[in-house]
Parts: sequence; structure tokens; C-alpha cells
Amino acid sequence: MTAAARARKYEPRRVPETKVATSAMIASLAAEGYDTVAAPFGHALVEAAKDDPRIVGLTADLAKYTDLHVFAQAYPDRFYQMGMAEQLLMSAAAGMAHEGFIPFATTYSVFASRRAYDFICMAIAEENLPVKIVCGLPGLTTGYGPSHQATEDLAIFRGLPNLTILDPCDATDVAQMVPAMIAHDGPVYARLLRGKVPSVITRYRPDYQFELGRAQMIREGRDVLVVSSGIMTMRALDAAELLAKDGIDVAVLHCPTIKPLDTETIVAEAGKGRLLVTAENHSEVGGLGEAVARSLLRAGVTPSFRQIALPDEFLEAGALPTLHDLYGLSTAKVAQQIRGWL
Amino acid sequence: MPELTANLRSNVSLARRAWGIRRKALQMGEVQGQGYVGQALGVADVLATSYFHALNLRADDPEWEGRDRFLLSIGHYAIALYAALIEAGILPEDEIGTYGMDDSRMPMSGMASYTPGMEITGGSLGHGLGIAVGMALGLKAKGGDQFVYNLMSDGELGEGSTWEAVMSATQHRLSNLICIVDFNNQQADGPTRDALAVGAEAPKWEAFGWHAQEVDGNDLDALVAAFDAARTCPEQKPRVIICNTKMCKGVPFLEEREITHFVRVEPDEWTRALDILDAEVPA
Repeated sequence: MTAAARARKYEPRRVPETKVATSAMIASLAAEGYDTVAAPFGHALVEAAKDDPRIVGLTADLAKYTDLHVFAQAYPDRFYQMGMAEQLLMSAAAGMAHEGFIPFATTYSVFASRRAYDFICMAIAEENLPVKIVCGLPGLTTGYGPSHQATEDLAIFRGLPNLTILDPCDATDVAQMVPAMIAHDGPVYARLLRGKVPSVITRYRPDYQFELGRAQMIREGRDVLVVSSGIMTMRALDAAELLAKDGIDVAVLHCPTIKPLDTETIVAEAGKGRLLVTAENHSEVGGLGEAVARSLLRAGVTPSFRQIALPDEFLEAGALPTLHDLYGLSTAKVAQQIRGWL
Repeated sequence: MPELTANLRSNVSLARRAWGIRRKALQMGEVQGQGYVGQALGVADVLATSYFHALNLRADDPEWEGRDRFLLSIGHYAIALYAALIEAGILPEDEIGTYGMDDSRMPMSGMASYTPGMEITGGSLGHGLGIAVGMALGLKAKGGDQFVYNLMSDGELGEGSTWEAVMSATQHRLSNLICIVDFNNQQADGPTRDALAVGAEAPKWEAFGWHAQEVDGNDLDALVAAFDAARTCPEQKPRVIICNTKMCKGVPFLEEREITHFVRVEPDEWTRALDILDAEVPA
């Protein structure tokens, strides 16, 4: 604990005049001005499982909070409650994959990446088994503090061979990544958006289809290229609307597959002379920004480069909108940062 | 009781099979001048009983769907399992000389992608039993009557993940799961019982809802009885056989040596150990 933190710990607080509720763990990212879809992961999994008896669902006491309860209700015989035991969750999923099943294993991102890593590494990834690890609360999507904020999950998992990593933006991505994960013969780690999930991308690109391994231009723009993943694509698109009012034309390239990264598209777009900004709901260490930077350096393409990401710190607890503003992930802060870099 | 496959049932005695496993493990140890031969000699009787009495498998089709699964959670015991797989005709005997070499199918730690008959990649301890739970669930879902055997060490009793799997196996009434604990009371830094309070093993597993037996793991008759009891137990619960084994069993001058996790064998002692085995070949 720093001296500043210790001093703050003993500082009495007053009840604020404006009440800002702490976002609960079950909170979704609704109310962003978009239509929402309820539990897109759970419903997509039910749909996929209709004709595919290989699909089973396992969870470590978080079915309700990962939308797997929808699958559990539809297929109670194909749902396995593994208890609050994430190491077992991953090992047992590996065992079922050995027996020919395609297990979807759900928990929170913090528990999968921190607690169960060795089991994902050795029981699943080393054998390239088709276990699909789908995890709630990725990055900064809860105000509960570091115990539940998976700010380094991408950094942890990017080093793992064989593992495909997905960071979906919205309900369309979440629903369409399910059949794509099943079609992919290998392990996948997917960050999950649950509950009421906004439909964002189809507002800009009605023809949009999620494709595993592919980055797609959602919005064209002459002045700035934002390369983003997850909810930061939504924030980038919203910020682009704000910046357009100032005459700043922002392109948004959405990269829902973090690994393998669509280097070809990124390098091609980065070579067009625009300021390049990466935007991710993740620590500045080891996530999309560093992956993009590496791709550009290796290709010899070096545009002006800026990174929007969470700081290399344990983040504060509080209300999610406040935290997104504090750490630069809110729409206003994204727009403000880009404006400042031009 | 499930039928055993004919090709592994023969007139060859289990004692002769255990002797063959010990001999092959020593031969592999000689190739590298090292290896976990202490563990291999200790667990040879357990492997002989597993592969030549209990397991339902086909030597010419190691991935036969109807086989009983045998998981080697303790990857460093690979030398012992290779010896059993060679003895069973799943691996060819003429590859003994490749043990631990570049491009060998028998690396020093057991991995699924290298070796026919090696079901999982072990080695990171505390993984096997959880994987076995998933396999047992999968086999039940498919309506199969195969057993899943997981061979683990006493050291793995210290891994929390083992106990997650223990509780889950009871929760899911996994009567098709048989866990074998090689209790030689030796882990890397010394005796297992000096590291963590493992306590009275069988009562502990029973308290967790398992059918538990504790046997002399170097007594073939006791092992056969225990495996039969585990396979035929009518209760809908998982089964464990705690096998108290002696490191280096069968080679007296090594048995008497100060026992450590990695038993030291001098270059000229491999032949001496093999000669001792060869002097008394079981019928």
C-alpha cells in the first residue's frame, strides 16, 4: 500500500449530494443509446446445440452471470454445474473434449486467467482441445475493484500457443461468435458481454457479419484510424460521431479477434497516413495496442501511434461510468484524447 | 464385471509382467543414465495389475472407443508407463533405445501428442483427476460402460485441484472413475508426510464420499483383489485405491540406498540391477 493510499484509507467521507449507484456485477452495458438484445450468448448457444449433440455447458457457479442459464434451462442434461472450482472446471472440460464433446466453460475472466491458467495451458491448449472458455466481466466492466476487474486477461492469454482470443463488441458479435467458435477446431477464450447487450455495429454496417480472425472497417474516415476491440469499438464509434461535429473524420477498424490478429488488414489500413489510435478495454500492457504495435514494426509501417487503454495499475472501485471516465474509456474521454493528439 | 479383452489375458503371470515392466524401465534408465526408476520399480506391480488384469483395451488399437481410459497424471512416471505399454505390445520394444532422445516417442515426461497409449499430457501435478472427472462425465453421457483410471502420486494430494475433483466425482456419482494413488511417501524435497498433513488417507477419501481401499501396492494378490472390488462395487460412488509402494522395489541394493525423489544410479549399476532381476525370472 502506498503512503497516499494509506492516508486516504483513514480519511472520513461525506454522503454525496448526487447519488451514483455502484454498478453491480450483474450489470450489463445497456443504456448507451442503442437497442439491446437479452443474453445473446445463451440464446446463440441453445440454437447451435439444437443440431449438435457435441455441445455441452459447464460452469463454476456462474451460470446466471454468464448467461449460460439459458442453455441450462433448454438442455438440463447437457449442463454441468462444477461448483466453485475453476481448476476443475477447466480440467473437466478438457476431459469432456477428450471424449468428443465441445464444452463451453464459463466463469469470470479474472478467475479463468488468474486462477485456472495452468489448467487452461496444460489440460486444454497444449493438447489443442476444442474447449470454448467464455468469460464475463472482461477488462473494466465492474466497479467491484481488482478482484473482479480482468484488466490483464489478454496479456495473460496472448502468450498461450493454440489459443484463439476473442473480444466482441456487441450483441451481433456475441451471437455470431458462437457458431464460429464451434467451427474452429481448437481452444478459444472469449470475453463475454452478458445481460442486455447493445446492438452497435449493425447501425453503421447493416451487412456486418462476425468472422473469426478478421478485422473489419466499421466506419471510414480520413484523419484518424482507430483500431479497437470489444466495447471500445462502441466507444470509438460514438466518439467518432462527436468528433465529426468538429470536422474530424475518424475511421474505426474493429478487431474482435485478438489472436490470431488480422495483421494484413491492420498494416494495410495503417499505411494510409492517418494518426493511428488503438483502443482497448484492457491494460496498456500486453493487449491489443502492443499486438498492433508489434505488427506495424515488423511490417516496417510506422504511423503516429497512440494508445487508449487502462493504466498499468490496480484500478479503483466505484461506479462504472465514473471509472470509465477516470481511466479514459468513456466516449467523451476517447474523443478528448483523440482531439488532443491532432 | 466387464469382460477383459482376450489379447491381454494370457497365461503370463502378473509377477512376470511386473518383472518385465521393471526390466524395461531399467533398460530405459540405462539409455539416459538417469530417470525416475525409483518410482518405476515401485509402481510396477500397480501397472502390471492395471494393464494385465483390470484394463479393457486393445493393443493394436490404442484409441479404441471401448477401451478403459488410463490417465498418467504424474508425467514424470512416463518411464514406468512406457515400460507397461511396451510390455502390453502397444509400443514396440525396439524403441527402448530411443527413450528421452531427440525425436523419440518416449520423452522424459508423458505427453498425449507423443505416445500411443498416453491419454493425456501429465506433468503439471494435480491435473489428472480433474480431467478424469470430465472423461467419466463424458462416458456416462455417451452411455458407455468404460472405466476411467487416474494414476496419481501422494504428492498430488497436496494440490488443491485434486480435492476439487474429489468433491466433483462424488457430486456426479462417478462410479466409472477409479483413482489410484501411488503412495511411496516421497516427493521432491523429502517425505510427503513431512510436507503437508495428508493424514489417514482412506478415511479421508471415505469422508469425501468415495469407496476407498488402502493396500500394499507391491502385493499382487492384494492389488488384484482391490482392483476387482473397485470395479465391482455396486454403489454409485467413485473409487480410490491407495497403494502403499516401496521405491526401487525389486532391486535390493537400490531399495537400501538413501531414497530420494530422484534416485542416483551409477553408470555400472544399471547392469548390476538388470542382472539381479534376470537372476530370478518369475514363472
